[in-house]
Order: sequence, then structure tokens, then C-alpha cells
Amino acid sequence: MSVLRVAPMEQVEEALLAAIEEALRHCFGIDVQRHSALGAPEFAWDGARRQFSAPLILRRLLVELDGAGGSDGSRRLLAVTGRDLYIPMLSFVYGQAQLGGRAGVVSMARLRSEFYALAPDEELLRVRACKEALHEAGHLFGLVHCSDASCVMALSTGVGQIDMKQPLLCAGCAALAAEGRGEVRERR
Amino acid sequence: MKTQWQILVVDDEEVMRESLAAWLAEDGYGVDTAASGRDAIEHARRKDYAIYFIDLKMPGGIDGIETMMEIRRLHADASIIIITAYATVDTAITAMKEGAQDYIVKPCNPEEISLLVNRIIKVKNLQRENTILRKKLSRQYHFADIVSKNARMQEIFALAADIANLRSTALIQGESGTGKEIIARAIHFSGDRAGKPFVAVSCAALAETLLESEFFGHEKGSFTGAGAQKKGKFEMADGGTLFLDEIGDISPKLQVDLLRVLQEKAFYRVGGSEEVRVDVRVIAATKVDLRQAVQEGRFRDDLYYRLNVIEIHVPPLRERREDIPLLAEHFLERLAPELRKEITGISEGGMRVLMDYAWPGNVRELENSIERAMVTCRSHVLTEDDFAFLARAGNGHSWTPPDATLEEIEKLMIEAALERKSGNVKEAAVALGIDRSTLYEKIKRYEIRR
Repeated sequence: MSVLRVAPMEQVEEALLAAIEEALRHCFGIDVQRHSALGAPEFAWDGARRQFSAPLILRRLLVELDGAGGSDGSRRLLAVTGRDLYIPMLSFVYGQAQLGGRAGVVSMARLRSEFYALAPDEELLRVRACKEALHEAGHLFGLVHCSDASCVMALSTGVGQIDMKQPLLCAGCAALAAEGRGEVRERR
Repeated sequence: MKTQWQILVVDDEEVMRESLAAWLAEDGYGVDTAASGRDAIEHARRKDYAIYFIDLKMPGGIDGIETMMEIRRLHADASIIIITAYATVDTAITAMKEGAQDYIVKPCNPEEISLLVNRIIKVKNLQRENTILRKKLSRQYHFADIVSKNARMQEIFALAADIANLRSTALIQGESGTGKEIIARAIHFSGDRAGKPFVAVSCAALAETLLESEFFGHEKGSFTGAGAQKKGKFEMADGGTLFLDEIGDISPKLQVDLLRVLQEKAFYRVGGSEEVRVDVRVIAATKVDLRQAVQEGRFRDDLYYRLNVIEIHVPPLRERREDIPLLAEHFLERLAPELRKEITGISEGGMRVLMDYAWPGNVRELENSIERAMVTCRSHVLTEDDFAFLARAGNGHSWTPPDATLEEIEKLMIEAALERKSGNVKEAAVALGIDRSTLYEKIKRYEIRR
């Protein structure tokens, strides 16, 4: 059976981690385990951009997985960080995962209402965090972006789109995930 | 399964290209990466990508703009997005002027890049649908294996269909390579003789005595070398169609023999005394004007009228230029599996070369040219460079006046090169094999308008 380990980095509340783990178990029917805390990703800090590099974090996660005996492919690691992530081409990303791979990372930074100068909303943060964690985990299982805007695998480039989708896979994505084929679903 | 659109990301920075590739792959695209301009061009030679993301500044000889120009030469319809770290008006103007679809300044908003890619893919999907619909539409221009949307050819198709079930002789006239035999085959195979033999004889290829034996067969010992009885083409075509190509070349004696068999539907084998009766439909073809041959006494008028019951004049390709793209695509589609080449189309520039050429050898020459271009083509699209041999064919060009001076020809060639390259002096200079400054000087001297 596939194992997905959830690794807290820093600035992530325990309640959020628990909610994410429960959502992953419910959505994918997999064994979800807690990985030991990884600490702050200072190695990925970009002083000029004042953000953290998602590709560098993914590289570190792969090293971490190999060290934990996870190179057989059955184990996957999803890191959860409170830091703001980027890839060089884009101004930010909510998360990044290897498509059909072993490592993914999801950021809580831009899911918080405070980021947009609004009052904190714990419930909204919990729902958004679950959706984005499911989204990145979906990529780990080989799912690509879905054209169904309500599917959790729909691309989100703003929190408005995250709020529009459900914390669930659509029937098509669910079927692919259940079959565990791990193949890229061609939609384009 | 839907076809997956392919994207190429070109950047010398590994983390940059790999992270963008990963982000695009999450969207369901097939993504390849290239670390340099040269690497990108090699990728583009092997595969036709829907979108190319190219970093403007790359070390190692070929920068983003040069890479883009080379890719556009290989794939005229390529959608290229230039990536730049600094947005300057000059950069933007240069990129767009040289054919970039758009440019983005890194880092950009995910929404911006997502909208841009979706917009391009939406257009690509529409173009693909359009191509499929056009292919479906083009099938209505097919009659058997003949492709044409020319009005005169459509009339020939209609006539051929009407006469397919008749026994009447037909005379097909047209220049070499216009497809006379294909029309004869189409008449045969769309009629009630389709299940019977279609036998073709080239009258120009054989001497009179051999042709007589070829037509009517011979008995054993009828002449030196006739060791056994042999059936002639008339007997072999019994129940079907006999196609006599280059009928204008047969001797006066054979004209008499042929007239007799057409009138009596019977003949004697060479050296034989037994009458052989056959049911053969004769379709004759000629590239010479038989009516004139009759007037000059070189062809029997009674045979001419016997053959010319149904008259079909096939126009040369230069008089039905609208068929050139249709035929070119038809040949490309048919030859690709035979040649094991994944060539999907002909670029605008390539098609312009085909449209400009005079095609003295007609459809046959076009087919041969497509095959020759496909054999040497190293990309997925035939471009004007693949048809360079047509430009070298010289007098095939309709735009070269026979009494032109050297300067006039040079002016015409420069104008043609500029037209082919959409007014781009740099590219036209490369095509003509001269310096850009020399080309500017000649443009000025000849007062060529761009």
C-alpha cells in the first residue's frame, strides 16, 4: 500500500496538519503518516525575492526520503510550510510536487486571510490548506490539472479559485487515483 | 485519447527551465527542456512543439532571438514566448518584430502565464479542428485517386462518372504528367468493368512490329523468337479496359489494324488465321494535338473519330493552380508512411514556392518534388528551403521573362526572395546568399519597394 508522509516544516499549526492528514486519508484512501519535523527551509531562502525556492525544497525532500529508505517509490513525502514559495519563472506558487513523483511541498503563507490584510479566519485556512494539500498529493499520484473548476485538481492561480473548488476529486480524477495508475491524464 | 500538446522550455539555467517545465507538466502538457539555443534547434528539428518558451539571454553563441528565428524557419506557425528578466521597450519590440507571439517578464504572475498558455492552446485546438474539417472537405474534391477543386476538373470527374458504365471509346488529351492514365483508371474502376482487367500499353515505347504483337499477340513460330503462342493486350483486357497511351505515335499500318478491331471487335493474332473476338473498352491518350495530326495527314481521320467518341481535355497544372496546395497535401499524406517520415505539413513559405513554380512536368513533377523534399527534410514541416531545388530548376519559374537582362533577373530574384521572407531583409539576404548590406544596396539601386 502507498504511504504518504506529511512533514511539517515550520510555522504550521498542529490542527492544520491533522486536518490535512485526515483529508488525504479520506480522499485517496491511503496510509498517511506523520514525518518528523524538518525545520525551517533556510537553505531555500532567496534574499532578493524574500521567498523560498520550491525546487530547492523538493530536492531536499528527496534526500530526506532516500535517507529514510523511501527510494523504492512506495513512499511519498509532502512537506507543509508556513513560508511563501516561488519557482524562478513565477512570482509565487501555492505548492509544487513532482508529477507522479515522490516529493511535494505546500505553503500556507498565501492561504491565510492575513496575507490579504483581512482578519484571520481559521476555518477558511483549514479548508484551503486541505484543498491545496490534496492538489499537490494528486500530482504525486500522477494527476494533472482538471478542467472541472470544482475538482480539487483544478489549477488555482488565486485564492478565489481555491475557494471555488471542493476538497474532493471529480469522478474522472477519482477513478484515475483509485486505479492507482499514476499516469498523466491527458486533457490538453 | 486526445493528443497531448508539446511545449519546449529553453533556458540555460537548470532550475529555471526544470521548474517551469514541472509547472507546465502539472497542467497536462508534454514538456521537454533545452539548455541552449543549439539544443533547442535540435529539439525543434525532431519535434514540432505547440509552444516554445525561450529565454532571451543565453550564453554560448545563439541568443533567444536568434534561436527563435531559426525555430520559426523550421516551423513557421510556431508559437514562441520570449522570457526576459528585464522589460525594456527595445526587447519587447525586437521580440515581437521577429515573430514572438508574446513575451513575459520573469518572475510573472501564475495567472498571467496560465492565461497566455490557455489562449495559445485554444487557438491551436481551433486550428487543428479547422485542419480536420478542411481535410474532410477536401475529400469532396477526390474522384477515385484524383484530387482537384478546379471547375474544369470537376466537369471531368462528372463526365468520367457518367461514362464509367459505357463501352464507348474515350480520348484523353493533355500534357505529360497531367494524370491521363489515372483518369482512365478512374473511369475503369468506377464502372461495371472494375472487376475485369485494366491493361495499359505505351505505344511510344515499342517498335511497330513489336507493338503489333503486343496488341494482338502471336502464334508460335510466326516470327523469329516467337517460340510459343502469346496473348496480346487486347485478349488480356477482355471484359475490361485497354488503355493506349501516346496513341499519336502509332504507325499508319497499326492505325488500320486498330481501326479494324475497334469496328469489328475482332482481330487475328500475328501469324494466326483464327479470328479472336473480344469485349474491350479502349481509352486512348495523347499529349499531342491529334486533330492537327489528322489535318497534317499523320493520323487517320476515321480512327481519330472512332477514338474521339468521348473527348476529355485535362488542363495542365499551371491552369489549375488552386489544386497545388490540395495535391501537395495529398501527396505528403500518402508518401509520409511510405517514406517513414513524420512530416505533417508544408509551411507558408514552402507553399509559396510551389505556387510560384510553373510545373512544366505537371502533377507528376509536383509529386516527385514533394517526395524529393520529404526525403531530405529534417523537420516536421516542409519549408521553402526543402524546395530550393525548384528555384535552381531555372526556366521552370513563370516569373522569369525569356528576354530578361541579367539586372532584370537579379531584381526579380530579390523581389521574390523578399516576398518569400515577408519583407525581412536579413532572411532574404541569407536566402540569396549575399550580405545584408549588399542586399540593401541592391534594393536601393533597383528601387524595390518592400
